[in-house]
Amino acid sequence: MAERTLAVASAHGLHARPAALFVKAVTDSGCAVELVKGERTINAASILGVVSLGIEHDDEVILRVQGEEADAVLESLAAFLEKDHDA
Amino acid sequence: MSDVEIRDVGTRNLDTHGDVIHGVGIGRATTVGPVLRMPEPVADPVDKPSTLRPEQELSRASEALLVTAAQLRSRGEVAGGTAAEVLAALAMMAEDPALAADVRHRTEDGATAEYAIHAAMTTFREMLAALGGYLGERAADLDDVARRAIAHLQGLPNPGVPKSATPFVLVARDLAPADTATLDLDFVLALVTTDGGPTSHTAILAREKGITAVVGAAEAASLVDGEIVLVDAENGTVERDPAQERIDLALQRTATLEAIRAQSSGPGRLADGHAVPLLANIGSIDSAREAAARGAEGVGLFRTEVLFLGADKAPSVEEQAATYREVFEQFPGQKVVVRVLDAGADKPLAFLTDAGEENPALGRRGLRALAAHEHVLRDQLTALAIAAADSDALVQVMAPMVSTPAEARYFRDLAHELGIAVAGVMVEVPSCAILADHVALNADFMSVGTNDLTQYTLAADRLLGTVAGFQNPWNPAVLRLIAAVGTAGAEHDVPVGICGEAAADPLLAVVLIGLGATSLSMSSSAIAEVRAELAQHTLDDARTLAALAVSAESAEAAHQAVLDATTIRP
Repeated sequence: MAERTLAVASAHGLHARPAALFVKAVTDSGCAVELVKGERTINAASILGVVSLGIEHDDEVILRVQGEEADAVLESLAAFLEKDHDA
Repeated sequence: MSDVEIRDVGTRNLDTHGDVIHGVGIGRATTVGPVLRMPEPVADPVDKPSTLRPEQELSRASEALLVTAAQLRSRGEVAGGTAAEVLAALAMMAEDPALAADVRHRTEDGATAEYAIHAAMTTFREMLAALGGYLGERAADLDDVARRAIAHLQGLPNPGVPKSATPFVLVARDLAPADTATLDLDFVLALVTTDGGPTSHTAILAREKGITAVVGAAEAASLVDGEIVLVDAENGTVERDPAQERIDLALQRTATLEAIRAQSSGPGRLADGHAVPLLANIGSIDSAREAAARGAEGVGLFRTEVLFLGADKAPSVEEQAATYREVFEQFPGQKVVVRVLDAGADKPLAFLTDAGEENPALGRRGLRALAAHEHVLRDQLTALAIAAADSDALVQVMAPMVSTPAEARYFRDLAHELGIAVAGVMVEVPSCAILADHVALNADFMSVGTNDLTQYTLAADRLLGTVAGFQNPWNPAVLRLIAAVGTAGAEHDVPVGICGEAAADPLLAVVLIGLGATSLSMSSSAIAEVRAELAQHTLDDARTLAALAVSAESAEAAHQAVLDATTIRP
């Protein structure tokens, strides 16, 4: 399992469009991905789960990836979250 | 796969010969055709124990969600554009693994597939609603997904607009924006709704597209598929099983109307030659092109929120300027009045609207929200000034929801500072109309938004069907406020426009001129009829009619008095 803690860069957090793009990237990866914010852990393939975390700009989250090429998938998903998609 | 039902609209004989149903007519045309009802919304399922095994319920639920997702995607592909994006997001929700897990737990506990889907969606909907803003708005989408899946499980027709191989009169409770996105207008002869008033989504769509409609006709609930009805928008009636002579008369009147429309052209003027510029209300580049093609003499209301809706933040100055430029290009040498962002109440924007206002129509909306986020207003005015400098259109700006002379002054000074020479206010709040003499000193022009002015004068939510009866701009209380604005405008030499739906009602348009309006702005589809009506009255006539209307006791009495005083045309 690959894991990383990072701060979400999007100016308006992980809402709406960026959330949908992120979930699509997770689904396409074929890996089991979890997103943790505070005490809540959700399945990152769930748009409802991701938006329910109410992630705001600069919030710290933990990304966990399990499956084939977990490291590479973690790398690209982390890069997604660390980019400002509202810019 | 298609989610639309092809139903045969046969004709039926019922003993309802000549029965008349009353509602509010939109436009003046008359149409005859067979009824096709929009399916009733699916009732919420109740939590009764399942008679099937949990795994059977689970597989029913999974299949229904899968089918729903596929239907939404294919519907999106047909619709294209923004609708496709919205529908794809809905499909994603139907396929959501967290939802599937919740549904599985509930079926394991003995729930039916219907109830499991309903309850799981409700949980997520409440979660989204609690987050507010853009996500809060999407909460209603989850209900739509759940209802589709439940309709599939119960073998009911899909919610949404039905399709028929032959033209029909669509009878519905009210149309949601999502319904109108995929409505095939070629087959819709007329729209009849049981709920909603003259400013409902259905009414706005009908006006924009020039479709005959009667809204808020509660008794239309008893109409059945295939029944022949005569929809008379001018009188606001739906006649069941009409006699042949009624049909002939209606068709004749429609032909006369069309002839009047065809003959009317050129700039708007009264019978005595007094000029009344006829401008268009637009909200997009498409409607701008339509308005230019229909002979609008410019734009009296360019709603800019549409460019922002769904965005989590304001587009950049450059992006905005590019869009504005495209619209301005349609109107070289003509006036284009741009309303700066009017966020709040029925059109919240995540970056301007405070979440959780208990009474958003009376909240921090319109100019109030912009003043609280002045950088958004400055960016928009800057973008407008840039686009205006590049174009031959005569660009003016106006602020929504102004309630004090001080707000008018704040907006005018800011617009002038940022390079826009003509800056006015919308008069939508009664206080602004009552103090119009002071407002006129602080604005380059005033433009009356009759929809909101009516809602605030009568204290009746314009989107709430149960109080739709109050939303009538013929109300003398509203007309007296407009008269105050007209008088102040004349005294201080400040132009007074009308940009609410009232200007689209030909007879009311004449009254508004009599009250002192100097230009009228409306859905471009209404311009031809208003132009034709204005040409039949002098300014003195218009003032006489206005005096009759303002002295009446009620909206109905005002309308009747003016109808009685104008000659009946064939």
